[in-house]
Amino acid sequence: MNLNDLTNSSGEWLRGTGPESDIVMSSRVRLARNIADFPFISRSTDTDRAEIERRVREHVQHLSDSRRLDAALIYMDVNELEEIDRQFLVERQLISREHAENEGARAVAVGQGEQFSVMVNEEDHLRIQVMHSGLDLIAAWERISKLDDLLEERITYAFNERLGYLTACPTNVGTGLRGSVMLHLPALVITRQIEKVFRSLQKINLAVRGLYGEGSQALGDFYQISNQITLGLSEEDVLKKVGDVVPVLIDYERQAREFLIRESQETLHDRVSRAYGILRTAQTISSEETMHLLSSVRMGINLGLISDLEISTVNRLFIHTQPAHLQKLRGEILSASERDIERAAYLRDRLNGGELRGPETN
Amino acid sequence: MKCQRCNNPATFHITELTGDEPQEVHLCEECAREYLAPSKEEMAEVVPALAGMLAEQLAIGQTAEELARLDQRACPICGITFLEFRKQGRLGCPNDYLCFEKELEPLLLNIHGETKHIGKVPQRCPADGKTQIRLIRLRREMKEAVMMENYERASELRDEIRIIEAELRVSQDQSTKRD
Repeated sequence: MNLNDLTNSSGEWLRGTGPESDIVMSSRVRLARNIADFPFISRSTDTDRAEIERRVREHVQHLSDSRRLDAALIYMDVNELEEIDRQFLVERQLISREHAENEGARAVAVGQGEQFSVMVNEEDHLRIQVMHSGLDLIAAWERISKLDDLLEERITYAFNERLGYLTACPTNVGTGLRGSVMLHLPALVITRQIEKVFRSLQKINLAVRGLYGEGSQALGDFYQISNQITLGLSEEDVLKKVGDVVPVLIDYERQAREFLIRESQETLHDRVSRAYGILRTAQTISSEETMHLLSSVRMGINLGLISDLEISTVNRLFIHTQPAHLQKLRGEILSASERDIERAAYLRDRLNGGELRGPETN
Repeated sequence: MKCQRCNNPATFHITELTGDEPQEVHLCEECAREYLAPSKEEMAEVVPALAGMLAEQLAIGQTAEELARLDQRACPICGITFLEFRKQGRLGCPNDYLCFEKELEPLLLNIHGETKHIGKVPQRCPADGKTQIRLIRLRREMKEAVMMENYERASELRDEIRIIEAELRVSQDQSTKRD
Protein backbone atom coordinates (compact mmCIF):
# COMPACT_ATOMS: atom_id res chain seq x y z
CA MET A 1 0.00 0.00 0.00
CA ASN A 2 1.14 3.56 -0.64
CA LEU A 3 -0.26 7.07 -0.53
CA ASN A 4 -1.94 6.81 -3.92
CA ASP A 5 -3.98 3.85 -2.70
CA LEU A 6 -5.44 6.14 -0.06
CA THR A 7 -6.82 8.42 -2.78
CA ASN A 8 -9.10 5.67 -3.96
CA SER A 9 -10.44 4.79 -0.51
CA SER A 10 -11.68 6.64 2.51
CA GLY A 11 -11.22 6.40 6.25
CA GLU A 12 -13.43 4.02 8.18
CA TRP A 13 -14.27 6.81 10.58
CA LEU A 14 -16.36 8.37 7.76
CA ARG A 15 -18.68 5.36 7.54
CA GLY A 16 -21.37 7.20 9.48
CA THR A 17 -21.95 4.23 11.78
CA GLY A 18 -21.56 3.85 15.53
CA PRO A 19 -23.54 5.42 18.36
CA GLU A 20 -25.21 8.80 17.64
CA SER A 21 -23.55 9.00 14.23
CA ASP A 22 -26.22 11.35 12.86
CA ILE A 23 -24.69 14.11 14.99
CA VAL A 24 -21.35 12.63 16.08
CA MET A 25 -19.12 12.29 13.05
CA SER A 26 -16.13 10.72 14.80
CA SER A 27 -14.25 10.13 18.04
CA ARG A 28 -10.52 10.67 18.18
CA VAL A 29 -7.96 9.92 20.87
CA ARG A 30 -4.32 11.00 20.66
CA LEU A 31 -1.28 10.40 22.83
CA ALA A 32 1.86 12.56 23.00
CA ARG A 33 5.05 10.60 23.70
CA ASN A 34 8.77 11.40 23.71
CA ILE A 35 11.85 9.21 23.60
CA ALA A 36 13.76 9.47 26.88
CA ASP A 37 17.29 9.89 25.50
CA PHE A 38 16.66 12.76 23.07
CA PRO A 39 15.89 16.44 23.56
CA PHE A 40 12.38 17.57 22.66
CA ILE A 41 11.93 18.75 19.06
CA SER A 42 12.68 22.46 19.66
CA ARG A 43 16.21 21.62 20.94
CA SER A 44 16.94 18.58 18.79
CA THR A 45 19.58 18.65 16.05
CA ASP A 46 19.09 17.31 12.52
CA THR A 47 21.05 14.22 13.59
CA ASP A 48 18.75 13.70 16.59
CA ARG A 49 15.63 13.91 14.44
CA ALA A 50 17.03 11.56 11.82
CA GLU A 51 17.96 9.07 14.56
CA ILE A 52 14.50 9.32 16.20
CA GLU A 53 12.85 8.75 12.82
CA ARG A 54 15.11 5.77 12.08
CA ARG A 55 14.41 4.12 15.45
CA VAL A 56 10.66 4.50 15.12
CA ARG A 57 10.67 3.36 11.48
CA GLU A 58 12.66 0.21 12.23
CA HIS A 59 10.45 -0.72 15.16
CA VAL A 60 7.19 -0.02 13.30
CA GLN A 61 8.40 -2.10 10.34
CA HIS A 62 9.39 -4.90 12.69
CA LEU A 63 5.92 -4.84 14.27
CA SER A 64 4.25 -4.74 10.86
CA ASP A 65 6.40 -7.59 9.46
CA SER A 66 5.66 -9.78 12.48
CA ARG A 67 1.95 -8.96 12.00
CA ARG A 68 1.56 -7.61 15.48
CA LEU A 69 0.64 -4.33 13.84
CA ASP A 70 -1.21 -3.98 10.51
CA ALA A 71 0.64 -5.81 7.78
CA ALA A 72 -0.90 -3.32 5.34
CA LEU A 73 0.51 -0.37 7.25
CA ILE A 74 1.78 2.57 5.17
CA TYR A 75 4.91 4.34 6.39
CA MET A 76 5.64 7.68 4.73
CA ASP A 77 8.66 9.96 4.90
CA VAL A 78 6.79 13.27 5.15
CA ASN A 79 9.91 15.25 4.32
CA GLU A 80 10.17 13.50 0.95
CA LEU A 81 6.52 13.96 0.02
CA GLU A 82 5.32 16.49 -2.54
CA GLU A 83 3.45 19.44 -1.07
CA ILE A 84 0.19 18.22 -2.61
CA ASP A 85 0.57 14.85 -0.86
CA ARG A 86 1.26 16.48 2.48
CA GLN A 87 -1.81 18.65 2.01
CA PHE A 88 -3.79 15.52 1.12
CA LEU A 89 -2.78 13.87 4.42
CA VAL A 90 -3.86 16.99 6.33
CA GLU A 91 -7.27 16.97 4.63
CA ARG A 92 -7.53 13.33 5.50
CA GLN A 93 -6.85 14.17 9.18
CA LEU A 94 -3.87 11.80 9.22
CA ILE A 95 -1.31 14.51 9.94
CA SER A 96 -1.54 18.02 11.40
CA ARG A 97 -0.99 21.20 9.41
CA GLU A 98 2.13 21.82 11.50
CA HIS A 99 3.50 18.40 10.58
CA ALA A 100 2.94 19.14 6.89
CA GLU A 101 4.63 22.55 7.11
CA ASN A 102 7.56 21.69 9.40
CA GLU A 103 11.01 20.85 8.08
CA GLY A 104 13.53 18.09 8.64
CA ALA A 105 13.26 14.34 9.22
CA ARG A 106 9.66 13.45 10.02
CA ALA A 107 7.23 10.70 9.11
CA VAL A 108 3.78 9.22 9.49
CA ALA A 109 2.59 5.62 9.77
CA VAL A 110 -1.01 4.96 8.74
CA GLY A 111 -2.92 1.82 9.69
CA GLN A 112 -5.38 -0.04 7.53
CA GLY A 113 -8.70 1.75 7.06
CA GLU A 114 -6.98 4.87 8.45
CA GLN A 115 -8.07 3.91 11.93
CA PHE A 116 -4.77 5.00 13.40
CA SER A 117 -1.80 7.12 12.52
CA VAL A 118 1.53 7.77 14.21
CA MET A 119 3.27 11.07 13.48
CA VAL A 120 7.03 11.06 14.09
CA ASN A 121 8.79 14.33 15.02
CA GLU A 122 5.73 16.54 15.25
CA GLU A 123 5.55 18.76 18.35
CA ASP A 124 6.51 15.65 20.32
CA HIS A 125 8.60 12.75 19.05
CA LEU A 126 5.47 10.63 18.73
CA ARG A 127 1.87 11.65 18.25
CA ILE A 128 -0.33 8.56 18.10
CA GLN A 129 -3.99 8.91 17.10
CA VAL A 130 -6.94 6.57 16.72
CA MET A 131 -10.16 7.61 14.98
CA HIS A 132 -13.50 5.82 15.19
CA SER A 133 -16.85 6.57 13.57
CA GLY A 134 -19.59 7.83 15.92
CA LEU A 135 -19.35 8.30 19.68
CA ASP A 136 -16.81 5.67 20.68
CA LEU A 137 -14.11 7.22 22.88
CA ILE A 138 -13.57 4.29 25.22
CA ALA A 139 -13.02 1.77 22.40
CA ALA A 140 -10.64 4.26 20.76
CA TRP A 141 -8.75 4.54 24.05
CA GLU A 142 -8.43 0.76 24.42
CA ARG A 143 -7.09 0.55 20.88
CA ILE A 144 -4.59 3.35 21.28
CA SER A 145 -3.34 2.02 24.60
CA LYS A 146 -2.48 -1.32 22.97
CA LEU A 147 -0.74 0.53 20.15
CA ASP A 148 1.17 2.54 22.75
CA ASP A 149 2.27 -0.72 24.48
CA LEU A 150 3.54 -2.14 21.18
CA LEU A 151 5.55 0.99 20.36
CA GLU A 152 6.98 1.04 23.83
CA GLU A 153 8.53 -2.41 23.51
CA ARG A 154 11.60 -0.93 21.92
CA ILE A 155 11.22 2.75 22.68
CA THR A 156 11.86 4.08 26.18
CA TYR A 157 9.50 6.95 26.88
CA ALA A 158 10.36 10.10 28.79
CA PHE A 159 8.39 9.56 31.98
CA ASN A 160 8.50 10.88 35.50
CA GLU A 161 6.67 9.22 38.37
CA ARG A 162 5.24 12.48 39.63
CA LEU A 163 4.46 14.22 36.32
CA GLY A 164 3.72 11.24 34.07
CA TYR A 165 4.62 11.30 30.37
CA LEU A 166 6.86 14.30 29.72
CA THR A 167 5.90 16.44 26.73
CA ALA A 168 7.37 19.44 24.93
CA CYS A 169 4.47 21.63 26.02
CA PRO A 170 3.38 21.60 29.68
CA THR A 171 -0.24 21.65 28.51
CA ASN A 172 0.11 17.98 27.51
CA VAL A 173 2.17 16.61 30.41
CA GLY A 174 0.75 13.72 32.46
CA THR A 175 -1.33 11.39 30.35
CA GLY A 176 -0.40 13.17 27.10
CA LEU A 177 -3.94 12.36 26.08
CA ARG A 178 -6.39 14.40 24.09
CA GLY A 179 -9.83 12.91 23.51
CA SER A 180 -12.06 14.68 21.04
CA VAL A 181 -15.47 14.19 19.55
CA MET A 182 -16.42 15.82 16.25
CA LEU A 183 -20.02 16.99 16.28
CA HIS A 184 -22.21 18.27 13.46
CA LEU A 185 -24.27 21.12 14.96
CA PRO A 186 -26.01 23.01 12.12
CA ALA A 187 -29.24 23.75 13.98
CA LEU A 188 -27.39 25.30 16.93
CA VAL A 189 -25.59 27.52 14.41
CA ILE A 190 -28.81 28.54 12.62
CA THR A 191 -30.57 29.32 15.91
CA ARG A 192 -27.51 31.27 17.11
CA GLN A 193 -27.11 29.24 20.27
CA ILE A 194 -23.67 27.87 19.49
CA GLU A 195 -21.74 30.66 21.27
CA LYS A 196 -23.69 30.04 24.45
CA VAL A 197 -22.86 26.34 24.26
CA PHE A 198 -19.14 27.12 23.82
CA ARG A 199 -19.05 29.38 26.82
CA SER A 200 -20.55 26.70 29.03
CA LEU A 201 -18.07 24.11 27.70
CA GLN A 202 -15.15 26.38 28.46
CA LYS A 203 -16.38 26.72 32.03
CA ILE A 204 -15.93 22.98 32.51
CA ASN A 205 -12.44 23.05 30.95
CA LEU A 206 -13.33 21.61 27.58
CA ALA A 207 -11.93 23.11 24.37
CA VAL A 208 -13.85 23.71 21.14
CA ARG A 209 -12.14 23.69 17.74
CA GLY A 210 -13.11 23.56 14.09
CA LEU A 211 -12.88 20.67 11.63
CA TYR A 212 -9.12 20.90 11.11
CA GLY A 213 -8.02 21.40 14.70
CA GLU A 214 -6.38 24.31 16.45
CA GLY A 215 -7.30 27.71 15.12
CA SER A 216 -9.34 26.32 12.25
CA GLN A 217 -12.76 27.58 11.27
CA ALA A 218 -15.83 25.53 11.99
CA LEU A 219 -16.39 24.64 8.32
CA GLY A 220 -19.55 22.74 7.58
CA ASP A 221 -20.79 23.36 11.16
CA PHE A 222 -18.42 20.73 12.54
CA TYR A 223 -17.04 21.28 16.01
CA GLN A 224 -14.48 19.27 17.93
CA ILE A 225 -14.93 19.09 21.68
CA SER A 226 -11.87 17.97 23.64
CA ASN A 227 -10.31 17.91 27.09
CA GLN A 228 -7.71 20.45 28.16
CA ILE A 229 -6.57 18.83 31.37
CA THR A 230 -3.96 16.08 31.05
CA LEU A 231 -2.54 16.00 34.58
CA GLY A 232 -4.14 14.58 37.71
CA LEU A 233 -6.97 12.70 36.00
CA SER A 234 -6.79 9.14 34.67
CA GLU A 235 -7.33 8.51 30.96
CA GLU A 236 -10.71 6.90 31.60
CA ASP A 237 -11.88 9.80 33.78
CA VAL A 238 -10.81 12.41 31.23
CA LEU A 239 -12.59 10.59 28.39
CA LYS A 240 -15.66 10.11 30.56
CA LYS A 241 -15.72 13.85 31.14
CA VAL A 242 -15.67 14.53 27.40
CA GLY A 243 -18.07 11.67 26.66
CA ASP A 244 -20.56 12.75 29.33
CA VAL A 245 -21.07 16.18 27.83
CA VAL A 246 -21.74 14.86 24.32
CA PRO A 247 -25.29 13.52 24.98
CA VAL A 248 -26.18 16.94 26.37
CA LEU A 249 -24.94 18.64 23.18
CA ILE A 250 -26.75 16.08 21.03
CA ASP A 251 -29.91 16.84 22.97
CA TYR A 252 -29.49 20.62 22.44
CA GLU A 253 -28.92 20.08 18.71
CA ARG A 254 -32.00 17.84 18.45
CA GLN A 255 -34.11 20.40 20.32
CA ALA A 256 -32.87 23.14 17.97
CA ARG A 257 -33.79 21.00 14.96
CA GLU A 258 -37.27 20.38 16.39
CA PHE A 259 -37.62 24.08 17.00
CA LEU A 260 -36.73 24.84 13.36
CA ILE A 261 -39.28 22.32 12.12
CA ARG A 262 -41.96 23.68 14.46
CA GLU A 263 -41.27 27.31 13.57
CA SER A 264 -41.29 26.77 9.86
CA GLN A 265 -41.03 23.35 8.31
CA GLU A 266 -41.24 24.98 4.84
CA THR A 267 -38.31 27.33 5.43
CA LEU A 268 -36.13 24.47 6.67
CA HIS A 269 -37.19 22.12 3.86
CA ASP A 270 -36.55 24.92 1.37
CA ARG A 271 -33.07 25.53 2.78
CA VAL A 272 -32.19 21.83 2.54
CA SER A 273 -33.65 21.38 -0.95
CA ARG A 274 -31.93 24.48 -2.35
CA ALA A 275 -28.61 23.31 -0.92
CA TYR A 276 -29.07 19.88 -2.51
CA GLY A 277 -30.14 21.51 -5.77
CA ILE A 278 -27.10 23.77 -5.97
CA LEU A 279 -24.71 20.92 -5.19
CA ARG A 280 -26.24 18.79 -7.96
CA THR A 281 -26.23 21.48 -10.62
CA ALA A 282 -23.49 24.05 -9.94
CA GLN A 283 -20.83 24.53 -12.63
CA THR A 284 -18.24 26.13 -10.36
CA ILE A 285 -18.22 26.09 -6.57
CA SER A 286 -15.78 27.02 -3.77
CA SER A 287 -14.77 24.73 -0.95
CA GLU A 288 -16.45 26.98 1.64
CA GLU A 289 -19.76 27.03 -0.20
CA THR A 290 -19.60 23.27 -0.68
CA MET A 291 -19.06 22.66 3.05
CA HIS A 292 -21.85 25.08 3.93
CA LEU A 293 -24.34 23.42 1.58
CA LEU A 294 -23.27 19.87 2.44
CA SER A 295 -23.99 20.73 6.07
CA SER A 296 -27.62 21.54 5.23
CA VAL A 297 -27.90 18.39 3.13
CA ARG A 298 -26.47 16.28 5.93
CA MET A 299 -29.03 17.67 8.36
CA GLY A 300 -31.74 17.17 5.73
CA ILE A 301 -30.95 13.45 5.50
CA ASN A 302 -31.09 13.11 9.28
CA LEU A 303 -34.50 14.81 9.36
CA GLY A 304 -35.87 12.63 6.57
CA LEU A 305 -36.14 15.57 4.15
CA ILE A 306 -33.81 13.86 1.67
CA SER A 307 -34.28 10.16 1.12
CA ASP A 308 -32.06 9.24 -1.85
CA LEU A 309 -28.67 9.91 -0.25
CA GLU A 310 -26.60 8.11 2.40
CA ILE A 311 -24.97 9.88 5.36
CA SER A 312 -21.66 8.14 4.61
CA THR A 313 -21.73 9.62 1.08
CA VAL A 314 -22.07 13.14 2.45
CA ASN A 315 -19.40 12.48 5.11
CA ARG A 316 -16.96 11.46 2.40
CA LEU A 317 -17.85 14.42 0.18
CA PHE A 318 -16.79 16.81 2.96
CA ILE A 319 -13.28 15.37 2.67
CA HIS A 320 -13.11 14.43 -1.02
CA THR A 321 -14.03 17.94 -2.24
CA GLN A 322 -11.04 19.50 -0.42
CA PRO A 323 -8.40 21.05 -2.74
CA ALA A 324 -5.65 18.41 -2.52
CA HIS A 325 -8.17 15.54 -2.84
CA LEU A 326 -9.61 16.97 -6.06
CA GLN A 327 -6.13 17.38 -7.51
CA LYS A 328 -5.06 13.87 -6.49
CA LEU A 329 -8.21 12.38 -8.01
CA ARG A 330 -7.70 14.39 -11.18
CA GLY A 331 -4.00 13.54 -11.22
CA GLU A 332 -2.76 17.06 -11.86
CA ILE A 333 -2.18 20.40 -10.16
CA LEU A 334 -5.13 22.77 -10.61
CA SER A 335 -5.48 26.51 -10.00
CA ALA A 336 -8.16 27.74 -7.56
CA SER A 337 -10.63 28.51 -10.36
CA GLU A 338 -9.93 25.18 -12.09
CA ARG A 339 -10.51 23.45 -8.75
CA ASP A 340 -13.90 25.13 -8.35
CA ILE A 341 -14.96 23.79 -11.77
CA GLU A 342 -13.55 20.34 -10.97
CA ARG A 343 -15.31 20.34 -7.59
CA ALA A 344 -18.67 21.20 -9.20
CA ALA A 345 -18.20 18.42 -11.78
CA TYR A 346 -17.24 15.95 -9.06
CA LEU A 347 -20.32 16.86 -6.99
CA ARG A 348 -22.67 16.61 -9.99
CA ASP A 349 -21.26 13.22 -10.83
CA ARG A 350 -21.44 11.88 -7.27
CA LEU A 351 -24.81 13.34 -6.33
CA ASN A 352 -26.89 12.76 -9.44
CA GLY A 353 -26.45 9.05 -9.13
CA GLY A 354 -26.99 9.37 -5.39
CA GLU A 355 -24.11 6.92 -4.86
CA LEU A 356 -20.58 7.99 -4.08
CA ARG A 357 -18.61 5.85 -6.45
CA GLY A 358 -14.88 5.49 -6.18
CA PRO A 359 -12.83 6.92 -8.99
CA GLU A 360 -12.89 4.81 -12.13
CA THR A 361 -10.41 1.99 -11.77
CA ASN A 362 -8.47 1.11 -14.86
CA MET B 1 26.17 53.88 33.03
CA LYS B 2 23.24 55.09 30.95
CA CYS B 3 20.45 52.99 29.50
CA GLN B 4 21.12 52.08 25.86
CA ARG B 5 17.59 53.01 24.84
CA CYS B 6 16.91 56.18 26.82
CA ASN B 7 19.03 58.42 29.05
CA ASN B 8 17.96 57.04 32.42
CA PRO B 9 20.53 55.25 34.56
CA ALA B 10 20.95 51.62 33.51
CA THR B 11 20.10 49.31 36.40
CA PHE B 12 19.77 46.10 34.34
CA HIS B 13 22.78 44.39 32.86
CA ILE B 14 21.56 41.55 30.72
CA THR B 15 23.66 39.00 28.89
CA GLU B 16 21.80 37.91 25.76
CA LEU B 17 22.69 34.30 24.94
CA THR B 18 20.24 33.62 22.14
CA GLY B 19 22.43 34.95 19.29
CA ASP B 20 25.69 33.51 18.00
CA GLU B 21 27.78 35.48 20.49
CA PRO B 22 26.87 36.50 24.06
CA GLN B 23 25.86 40.16 24.04
CA GLU B 24 25.77 42.66 26.90
CA VAL B 25 22.68 44.85 27.12
CA HIS B 26 22.40 47.72 29.61
CA LEU B 27 18.95 49.10 30.30
CA CYS B 28 16.89 51.06 32.81
CA GLU B 29 14.05 49.27 34.60
CA GLU B 30 11.34 50.44 32.20
CA CYS B 31 13.25 49.55 29.03
CA ALA B 32 14.31 46.23 30.55
CA ARG B 33 10.70 45.24 31.14
CA GLU B 34 9.88 46.03 27.53
CA TYR B 35 13.01 44.21 26.33
CA LEU B 36 12.24 41.06 28.29
CA ALA B 37 8.58 40.87 27.28
CA PRO B 38 8.04 38.58 24.31
CA SER B 39 7.40 40.53 21.09
CA LYS B 40 4.03 40.44 19.35
CA GLU B 41 5.19 37.97 16.71
CA GLU B 42 6.71 35.75 19.36
CA MET B 43 3.48 35.87 21.32
CA ALA B 44 1.48 34.89 18.25
CA GLU B 45 3.49 31.70 17.91
CA VAL B 46 2.69 30.53 21.40
CA VAL B 47 -0.48 28.85 22.51
CA PRO B 48 -2.07 32.14 23.59
CA ALA B 49 -3.54 30.79 26.81
CA LEU B 50 -0.20 29.39 27.92
CA ALA B 51 1.74 32.60 27.26
CA GLY B 52 -0.93 34.64 29.00
CA MET B 53 -0.87 32.41 32.04
CA LEU B 54 2.90 32.48 32.22
CA ALA B 55 3.06 36.27 31.93
CA GLU B 56 0.43 36.67 34.61
CA GLN B 57 2.05 34.22 36.96
CA LEU B 58 5.50 35.75 36.52
CA ALA B 59 4.18 39.28 36.94
CA ILE B 60 2.72 38.36 40.33
CA GLY B 61 5.60 36.26 41.60
CA GLN B 62 8.68 38.14 40.46
CA THR B 63 10.18 41.58 40.38
CA ALA B 64 11.69 42.66 37.06
CA GLU B 65 15.14 41.91 38.41
CA GLU B 66 14.21 38.42 39.56
CA LEU B 67 12.59 37.79 36.23
CA ALA B 68 15.70 38.91 34.36
CA ARG B 69 17.80 36.52 36.43
CA LEU B 70 15.32 33.69 36.02
CA ASP B 71 15.16 34.23 32.27
CA GLN B 72 18.87 33.60 31.96
CA ARG B 73 18.84 30.34 33.86
CA ALA B 74 19.62 27.50 31.47
CA CYS B 75 19.08 23.76 31.62
CA PRO B 76 22.50 22.08 31.94
CA ILE B 77 21.34 19.22 29.71
CA CYS B 78 19.77 20.84 26.65
CA GLY B 79 20.87 24.45 27.19
CA ILE B 80 17.43 26.05 26.87
CA THR B 81 17.02 29.25 28.91
CA PHE B 82 13.85 30.07 30.77
CA LEU B 83 13.45 33.07 28.46
CA GLU B 84 13.45 30.79 25.41
CA PHE B 85 10.83 28.59 27.04
CA ARG B 86 8.72 31.64 27.85
CA LYS B 87 8.94 32.82 24.26
CA GLN B 88 8.25 29.50 22.54
CA GLY B 89 5.99 27.86 25.11
CA ARG B 90 7.91 24.62 24.46
CA LEU B 91 10.45 22.95 26.71
CA GLY B 92 13.78 21.63 25.44
CA CYS B 93 14.21 18.23 27.11
CA PRO B 94 12.79 15.97 29.83
CA ASN B 95 15.24 17.42 32.37
CA ASP B 96 13.60 20.87 32.08
CA TYR B 97 10.75 19.58 34.21
CA LEU B 98 13.29 19.10 37.03
CA CYS B 99 15.45 22.12 36.24
CA PHE B 100 12.51 24.57 36.17
CA GLU B 101 10.39 22.57 38.62
CA LYS B 102 9.66 25.49 40.93
CA GLU B 103 8.67 27.83 38.09
CA LEU B 104 6.55 25.24 36.31
CA GLU B 105 4.56 24.15 39.33
CA PRO B 106 2.19 27.17 39.52
CA LEU B 107 1.83 27.00 35.74
CA LEU B 108 0.83 23.33 35.85
CA LEU B 109 -1.59 24.10 38.65
CA ASN B 110 -3.09 26.86 36.55
CA ILE B 111 -3.52 24.68 33.44
CA HIS B 112 -4.50 21.38 35.01
CA GLY B 113 -5.54 22.19 38.56
CA GLU B 114 -3.22 19.38 39.70
CA THR B 115 0.49 18.66 39.84
CA LYS B 116 0.52 14.90 40.18
CA HIS B 117 0.06 12.33 37.44
CA ILE B 118 -2.69 9.74 37.74
CA GLY B 119 -3.12 7.19 34.99
CA LYS B 120 -1.14 4.96 32.70
CA VAL B 121 2.46 4.11 33.55
CA PRO B 122 4.91 2.77 30.94
CA GLN B 123 5.34 -1.00 30.92
CA ARG B 124 9.06 -0.54 30.98
CA CYS B 125 9.60 2.49 33.12
CA PRO B 126 13.17 3.84 33.23
CA ALA B 127 14.21 3.83 36.90
CA ASP B 128 14.58 7.60 36.85
CA GLY B 129 15.55 8.42 33.28
CA LYS B 130 18.96 9.65 34.51
CA THR B 131 20.97 7.52 32.08
CA GLN B 132 18.86 8.78 29.19
CA ILE B 133 19.25 12.38 30.32
CA ARG B 134 23.01 11.83 30.53
CA LEU B 135 22.96 10.67 26.90
CA ILE B 136 21.25 13.89 25.83
CA ARG B 137 24.00 15.90 27.55
CA LEU B 138 26.85 13.79 26.13
CA ARG B 139 25.53 14.06 22.55
CA ARG B 140 25.35 17.84 22.94
CA GLU B 141 28.88 17.96 24.33
CA MET B 142 30.08 15.83 21.43
CA LYS B 143 28.54 18.19 18.92
CA GLU B 144 30.13 21.16 20.69
CA ALA B 145 33.53 19.41 20.73
CA VAL B 146 33.26 18.86 16.97
CA MET B 147 32.36 22.50 16.47
CA MET B 148 35.40 23.53 18.53
CA GLU B 149 37.45 21.12 16.40
CA ASN B 150 38.41 19.25 19.56
CA TYR B 151 38.26 15.89 17.80
CA GLU B 152 40.04 13.98 20.52
CA ARG B 153 37.40 14.96 23.07
CA ALA B 154 34.66 14.27 20.52
CA SER B 155 35.82 10.73 19.90
CA GLU B 156 36.10 10.06 23.66
CA LEU B 157 32.53 11.25 24.03
CA ARG B 158 31.41 9.16 21.06
CA ASP B 159 32.87 6.01 22.67
CA GLU B 160 31.19 6.83 25.97
CA ILE B 161 27.85 7.36 24.19
CA ARG B 162 28.18 4.04 22.37
CA ILE B 163 28.84 2.14 25.58
CA ILE B 164 25.80 3.63 27.30
CA GLU B 165 23.59 3.03 24.25
CA ALA B 166 24.70 -0.61 24.12
CA GLU B 167 24.00 -1.06 27.83
CA LEU B 168 20.54 0.40 27.41
CA ARG B 169 19.84 -1.91 24.48
CA VAL B 170 20.82 -4.96 26.53
CA SER B 171 18.60 -4.02 29.46
CA GLN B 172 15.78 -3.25 27.01
CA ASP B 173 16.07 -6.66 25.34
CA GLN B 174 16.12 -8.37 28.72
CA SER B 175 12.98 -6.64 29.88
CA THR B 176 11.23 -7.36 26.55
CA LYS B 177 12.08 -11.05 26.87
CA ARG B 178 10.72 -11.15 30.39
CA ASP B 179 7.31 -9.91 29.20
